[in-house]
Amino acid sequence: MKKFISVVLLIISAFALSGCSKKYDLYVYNWGEYMDPEVIKQFEKETGLTVSYENFETNEDMLPKVANGAGSYDLVCPSDYMIQHMIEEDLLAELDFNNIPNISNIGSQYMESSKAFDPDNKYSVPYCWGTVGILYNKKMVTEPVDSWSILWDKKYKDNVLMQNSVRDAFGITLKYLGYSLNSTDKEELEEAKEKLIEQKEDGIVQAYVVDQVRDKMIGESAALGVIYSGEAIFTQRENPDLEYVVPKEGSNLWIDSWVVPKNAAHKENAEKFINFLCRADIALMNFEYITYSTPNEAAKALIEDENIKNSTVAFPDNATLARCETFQYLGEDADELYNELWKEVKS
Amino acid sequence: MNNKRKKYLAFPYVLWMAAFIIIPLFMIIYYGLTNRNRQFTFENLTIIAEPSNLKALWLSLKLSTLSTILCLILAYPLASILTKIKMKNKSILVFIFILPMWMNFLLRTLAWQTLLDKNGVINTVLTFFHLPLINIINTPGAIILGMVYNFLPFMILPIYNTLSKIDSSVVDAARDLGANEFQTFLRITFPLSLPGVISGITMVFVPALTTFVISDILGGSKILLIGNVIEQEFKYANNWHTGSGLSLVLMVFILISMALVSKYDKESEGNIW
Amino acid sequence: MVKKTAQRFYIILILLFLYAPIITLVGLSFNQSKSISRWGGFTTKWYTSLFENDAILSALYTTLTIAFFSAFIATIIGTIASIAINSMKRLPRTILLGITNIPMLNADIVTGISLMLLFIGLHYTLSFSSVLIAHITFNIPYVILSVMPKLKQTSRNTYEAALDLGASQLYAFFKVVLPDIFPGILSGFLLAFTMSLDDFVITHFTKGPGIDTLSTKIYTEVRKGIKPEMYALSSLLFVTVLILLILLNRRTNKDKATDFTKK
Repeated sequence: MKKFISVVLLIISAFALSGCSKKYDLYVYNWGEYMDPEVIKQFEKETGLTVSYENFETNEDMLPKVANGAGSYDLVCPSDYMIQHMIEEDLLAELDFNNIPNISNIGSQYMESSKAFDPDNKYSVPYCWGTVGILYNKKMVTEPVDSWSILWDKKYKDNVLMQNSVRDAFGITLKYLGYSLNSTDKEELEEAKEKLIEQKEDGIVQAYVVDQVRDKMIGESAALGVIYSGEAIFTQRENPDLEYVVPKEGSNLWIDSWVVPKNAAHKENAEKFINFLCRADIALMNFEYITYSTPNEAAKALIEDENIKNSTVAFPDNATLARCETFQYLGEDADELYNELWKEVKS
Repeated sequence: MNNKRKKYLAFPYVLWMAAFIIIPLFMIIYYGLTNRNRQFTFENLTIIAEPSNLKALWLSLKLSTLSTILCLILAYPLASILTKIKMKNKSILVFIFILPMWMNFLLRTLAWQTLLDKNGVINTVLTFFHLPLINIINTPGAIILGMVYNFLPFMILPIYNTLSKIDSSVVDAARDLGANEFQTFLRITFPLSLPGVISGITMVFVPALTTFVISDILGGSKILLIGNVIEQEFKYANNWHTGSGLSLVLMVFILISMALVSKYDKESEGNIW
Repeated sequence: MVKKTAQRFYIILILLFLYAPIITLVGLSFNQSKSISRWGGFTTKWYTSLFENDAILSALYTTLTIAFFSAFIATIIGTIASIAINSMKRLPRTILLGITNIPMLNADIVTGISLMLLFIGLHYTLSFSSVLIAHITFNIPYVILSVMPKLKQTSRNTYEAALDLGASQLYAFFKVVLPDIFPGILSGFLLAFTMSLDDFVITHFTKGPGIDTLSTKIYTEVRKGIKPEMYALSSLLFVTVLILLILLNRRTNKDKATDFTKK
């Protein structure tokens, strides 16, 4: 028995060793399904570097893995407010833009918007961006949709899908009420909470979902849903009756950008990869795969499909963008307040 | 003599437990009893008394108790039928009931959503036959269904295991002595299978009480369970202190419920409860 | 006869309940559309693209190795521990069983984060082995919960009789106790294997860069829609195991037949 166990242990440790002995030249940590696998293959082919590509589900899932530094990632793609949080926590390394000449392909307005969370454009390179809006089914909603107020219309009882995330749900409600979506004012937030509770008590909300908005809208289980603009193009392809609008009260403009953590072991390779991603042909390939709007002007010019190139969903006009705001990191106390109020809404 | 020696067999396990269960547990206790400024506080524990948290806890207890009872009602007859089937390789038979769990949990739960949705598979079939539609998606009913579905095999297995061990001569003796089928079951079979039932109840009740994925997907997140509250504290509020505190409270609740269950476990006299 | 039909019916009903989502998933693997709520026509393209997808295949490899080894080690540790615990006096036994259940009592996220903190505190780099250790830890309770009831039913008399007849302790254990509790051990192993296959949260927090399992892949894909290749892979896994089962069953049935003729 003893012999048996010791043999087993030996096998396991040998196994475990072989399992972790595989080393890569670059560790990329990105949202799920947020890059065309071909892009990585091509990068590996062109540079000879090996890439380990892994995914996270939410910004909040990613943070402890990067912050605690038990095994380091070289390149991460968080959202705006999370980048601000990471800068404040001193987790990010300044990028060497000499290694990223293709940054010139990124439209200057996106670099400008990035200043909301990265004031000197020192830490981040925009990757994807978009808005939050209402996706509705033209067969079920015949009136024009241009305001968040339709999400509170009792006509659509049990027919509205809300976002199941604190900041998104409160963000659109604050916008509807005419406040900033970065509000930390207790009274404004209480008012938003009351609105959300009213919406739920009236039975208008069918479900709070994140990802299933897409599938439920395609399957026509609901008439209206709050969704990210990047998903809108995909859902329209699957069900042509769906339409996307950014309400007149304004909405959230979000940007996901590449950053390099301070403890990254392969910073130069990471910058090489950012540069590669900013190349027009690569950015185009990526855009076609993930359908989220690209900040890459050179890639946008290469889009052949005129419908998409001129689509106001993928590339909203400046008037729409002027109404939108970027999320900011509000600090721990505000986070707690939001969370508390959200719990009251849900229970 | 022999028993004393046997005890030492627990040594590797005790070491393992100390390293990977007890030390992490103390970390949770540490987080649960401190606040962000590392000061000692009971706040993370007393926060359970807030109405929204209490409601979530109450709902979780209700739903998981209901699902556990349903699992037991469904699993017991099944396990006893399985023991009576004459087949040489019975483990294969039992395996058929675990096999569905080899499909990823999330995929299975999403599949239920596809089945139950307003315009889902089941309703499409029902419309075809002009039958009344079911509308349980996004209700507590769907959550219970999800729990029963996901945890049923955990109830079937241990009950089947103990039932198949029961000596049939004991049962026959009871029948010979004039007990009817129901009496035999109540006085002989059921008491003998209790250890399995209790294992099953533990394995169903506990994960059902802490789940958050099922209520998110099948309940449309409209129903907040205590698992969702803890998840939210850790993930969205990034507050490990409150999250740990609430988990400690939840652990106490589970321990109390398990103690209540074990009380009826006459077989395991070794239990202190 | 009526009773037998009713029993058959009941088994079929439960099987239908358990397999309904599985059938749905197999159906989805042939769906042309990437969305789970729309039927876009029949296709087998996801099966071809599955075998070209190195990321999924290597995740499958990692998942299976972790599941197998964690279940195997947990079964050994758990079975030995059960035997020891079973021979203990009340108090230590209760304490040990109580501690055993802790990983089950905690929400997954708590277990995951606390283990991560432990590894970081020990300056142990998160890697393949940290995931393995975490899985073994949460698997052990399932093994103990399966083996203990069996042990309680085993009568000490046969074991002692074997000893009286001159068998060594080890021999008596392997020849008398082990066959008795083996179904429990087997179901413990199966449960452990299953739990390990399914786990996402704990794996997420204890894994290091460069390691991906099927569940970590699936969970992170949800935001942009699960790749139909995943349904294809799950269906393939499922069908493979099913065929293996049927073959095994055939063989044992044949054995039975030959047994019969011998008699």
